[in-house]
Amino acid sequence: MADDDRVFKALADPTRRHLLDRLFERDGRTLTELESELEMTRFGVMKHLRVLEDAGLVTTRRSGREKLHFLNPVPIRLIHDRWIDKYTEHRVATLADLKTQLEEHA
Amino acid sequence: MSTMTAEATQVYSVFIRATPEQVWDAITKPEFTAKYFYGARIENSENGHRSLGPDGSVWGDEPTFEYEPPRRLVHGWRSLYDPELAEEERSRVTWEIEPQEGGITKLTVVHDQLERAPKTAESVSGDGWMMVLSGLKTLLETGEPLVEVSEGEAS
Repeated sequence: MADDDRVFKALADPTRRHLLDRLFERDGRTLTELESELEMTRFGVMKHLRVLEDAGLVTTRRSGREKLHFLNPVPIRLIHDRWIDKYTEHRVATLADLKTQLEEHA
Repeated sequence: MSTMTAEATQVYSVFIRATPEQVWDAITKPEFTAKYFYGARIENSENGHRSLGPDGSVWGDEPTFEYEPPRRLVHGWRSLYDPELAEEERSRVTWEIEPQEGGITKLTVVHDQLERAPKTAESVSGDGWMMVLSGLKTLLETGEPLVEVSEGEAS
């Protein structure tokens, strides 16, 4: 699977987006902390974190005995650069064309 | 970007279609960093981390703690480009380079020990490191800088 596919797939689930929002609020959390805020089994949360990790949206680090989860926003920025910029630029260009046309006929 | 307090440990990673050696060169040689690091010419060697802004002013001058080409680099960080940030205590930047399957390299940047540098933590979060990493990826994969920084332009 391509990088973009993994990111889109990971984001296409409300629980995973919720986990990203929790990490955005406060980064570097343990599985236990994340699990306590969700109505879901530990195994379920682990599975979602794994999908996020595979997509590069979550990075883990060991700190002593604990495994901490960090939000990695870089793939979202890359999706933004690749997909969002392209289309908003197009819209701006369309408006610019419209302006030119209207002014020509004025 | 946000009003919340920036974290004292920040982790960023990116997958790059390049070899670990190419990534290492891109983060240690000034001719590369000038193309993606807000125009800064950064030299990372065993002897230290030295960063010069596009106008030649000193943006960073810190010790190197670990230097293991092409896998691991750890150096100090103080944002000398801003007087308010320069007053804060030194933090630490770790670069980890891990080869993956299929000619891909994973680059992870950990900026930590920011407990006594809250303004620096805020300034490098959000777009800060993210622009550096996406610019570095673009440069290595396409040979083109993401953003052109003209001579003498401070970011």
